[in-house]
Amino acid sequence: MPVARAARHVAIRFGAVALAGALLAACGSSSSGSSSADGADGGKVTLTVDLFGTFGYKEAGLYAEYQKLHPNVTIKESDTENEADYWKALQTRLAGGGGLADVQGVEVGRIASVTRQQADKFEDLGALGAKDLQAQFSQSKWSAATAPDGRVLGLGTDTGPEALCYRSDLFKAAGLPTDRVELAKQWATWDGYLALGKQYAAKAPAKSHWMDSIASLYSVMVGQQKERYYDASGKLIYDSNPAVKAAWNASVKAAQDGLSAKLAQWAPEWNQAFSSGSFATIACPAWMLGYIKGQAADAGKGKWDVAALPGGAGNWGGSYLSIPKGAKHTKEAFDFIKWITAKEQQAKLFTKQGSFPSNLGAIDLVKDVKDPYFSNAPIGTVFGTAAEQAPVQVPGLRDNDVNTQITNALGEVERKGTSSDEAWSHAQKGVKNALG
Amino acid sequence: MTVSVDTPPALTAPPPRPRAERRTRLLRGVSPYVYIAPFFTLFAAFGLFPLIYTAYVSLYRVELQTPDQMEWRGLDNYTALLSDSYFWTALRNTFSIGVLSTVPQLLMALGLAHLLNYKLRGRTFLRVAVLLPYATSVAAATLVFAQLFGRDFGLINWALGLVGFSPVDWQSGTVASQIAVSTIVTWRWTGYNALIYLAGMQSIPGELYEAAQIDGASRWRQFLHVTLPGLRPTILFTVVVSTIGATQLFGEPLLFEGSISGGISHQYQTLGLYMYEQGWGYFHLGRAAAIAWIMFVLILLLVSVNAAVARRRTRKEAGR
Repeated sequence: MPVARAARHVAIRFGAVALAGALLAACGSSSSGSSSADGADGGKVTLTVDLFGTFGYKEAGLYAEYQKLHPNVTIKESDTENEADYWKALQTRLAGGGGLADVQGVEVGRIASVTRQQADKFEDLGALGAKDLQAQFSQSKWSAATAPDGRVLGLGTDTGPEALCYRSDLFKAAGLPTDRVELAKQWATWDGYLALGKQYAAKAPAKSHWMDSIASLYSVMVGQQKERYYDASGKLIYDSNPAVKAAWNASVKAAQDGLSAKLAQWAPEWNQAFSSGSFATIACPAWMLGYIKGQAADAGKGKWDVAALPGGAGNWGGSYLSIPKGAKHTKEAFDFIKWITAKEQQAKLFTKQGSFPSNLGAIDLVKDVKDPYFSNAPIGTVFGTAAEQAPVQVPGLRDNDVNTQITNALGEVERKGTSSDEAWSHAQKGVKNALG
Repeated sequence: MTVSVDTPPALTAPPPRPRAERRTRLLRGVSPYVYIAPFFTLFAAFGLFPLIYTAYVSLYRVELQTPDQMEWRGLDNYTALLSDSYFWTALRNTFSIGVLSTVPQLLMALGLAHLLNYKLRGRTFLRVAVLLPYATSVAAATLVFAQLFGRDFGLINWALGLVGFSPVDWQSGTVASQIAVSTIVTWRWTGYNALIYLAGMQSIPGELYEAAQIDGASRWRQFLHVTLPGLRPTILFTVVVSTIGATQLFGEPLLFEGSISGGISHQYQTLGLYMYEQGWGYFHLGRAAAIAWIMFVLILLLVSVNAAVARRRTRKEAGR
């Protein structure tokens, strides 16, 4: 194609603009690559900590405290809101062997995958000195992070005892009781909870719903089970497990009764809704308290409250801190995770952020904690009791992947009106595709 | 171009011509290859090798978590895709989103270029402004659009509400979500194509327009009978580039809702996204590699169809 002079002129100008554009684009993208900081100069060490969701260390001032105790250490945290995205990125880095942080968070739903498939890719914390810490943690939390050959691959941070968080101001507006003891009595069972939801829906403020999404209702209900998606022998049982089916049916019913705000968890709209009053209750593992504080901030202060969970105690989530092989400062990283999972720090984290301790000593320390943000709810006893009574869950190899497929299908039910049977068959198909 | 000769030519003696000439000829023959060698070296390292390696991986069952364990599957990864309804959904979505975004995009770009081709005040500014959406990063653009298309607090639903329409669930509906994703693509690429068209338009000789004007052709007629035929090679180029882009569409649907499934029921999952979901969501690298290769073949097919159509048209023109 012959290029006339004018056209060439345009092309050159265009090139300059394109170059400027590329620079602009580089500025626009917010993901600043984690620079590899060398700890060599002057004994200074930069510890990188890569987490997901809201661990709340920064918010609780624990990094600042640690840096004061260890002036040669600077901590740099990166955080991905959605655990599924975080896990993907971590797997890619583990496979490629680059870009790994010194400390990596691991969700309890993934810990089986770490101990059974990737034990070689993480440091054995036992060899680094974790052996004498075992007595501090509950048996189940400790053993879940131990590989079959005895290597310890993660130190427990929080666990996920469950409660229900609710907006007492919205309850009042809808003429419901707001006292947490009274409510706990009324929703002693899930049926009671759903019945109260119908009462709420009848008199609720405009554009306000009973719950955020049936996905969170479902997740907290299966969290009350000992076995969810895999049995103790590691066999996939999600589609024959009556408990899963029961949680599914209750969730579908809630959607059909119009009790859900139909929000997708972890999506921007869901985040906005914490302060806007789109929903009055949310299934609330302890770590959700920190998330609510982060999203609703001052707009929600004093409006939220916490009550015991319908249908008994349960556990949803909880995490570990691990050190991947290829971390730059293994020793410093271990010192740090040993310190931050010690009982004093875990207790402080619970008091400030609500993440429930997995360290037994810390559980004793936080018995009487009340949270002013949540209308002075006695979160120490609420979550403490739940943690005591929660079943010891069987961790499955791909728990979180199965969970995602099922909650996606529930999203179809609530947002697109897909029939329960059809959506369940989609979930089955999705699980097959994901695991196959 | 000059070539230095190692012995200075004596004034009296005739220069050693035959040797120097042979060397010059040799260098002339070789030098182009030397100049383009860096590209092809890089292409071999970062284009060809991954391509071949991907083909190799696609014949195995490999998981990202355990990349050292490879299990021979032959063509099973490919045949499995044929009966995989998610794959067909993704293929269909890629096609429909591709059409929904490419067609309006190129038409609007043509119109814009036509307008920019007039003598306007502040022309350079306008031309740069048109390119700005392209300069924005996909992430930034998509995040803004995701807010605009929000169901409960989105600006678009708010505006629809003012006119009396009920809010649209831009994320869950199949058509709605595909329109939303296409809007982002169109917004980003229209200006880019407009500038390419503009460059093409300026290579059309002005005499043609003058002649058309003398013949009494209106602006519209001039556009139809002078601009469009003159732009044909440029249009073909943009169609090919846009087709490739549409087949590989990835960033916009991924970031639209932050979902690797392309929505709760895969309603806007493109092939690129499905490949990503298989590879980095479920860690099935072998299957992801098979999808990558199918996409590659698909692009080759589409491009050759484009080229064939263009060739036939040109031949028809010539025959007239």
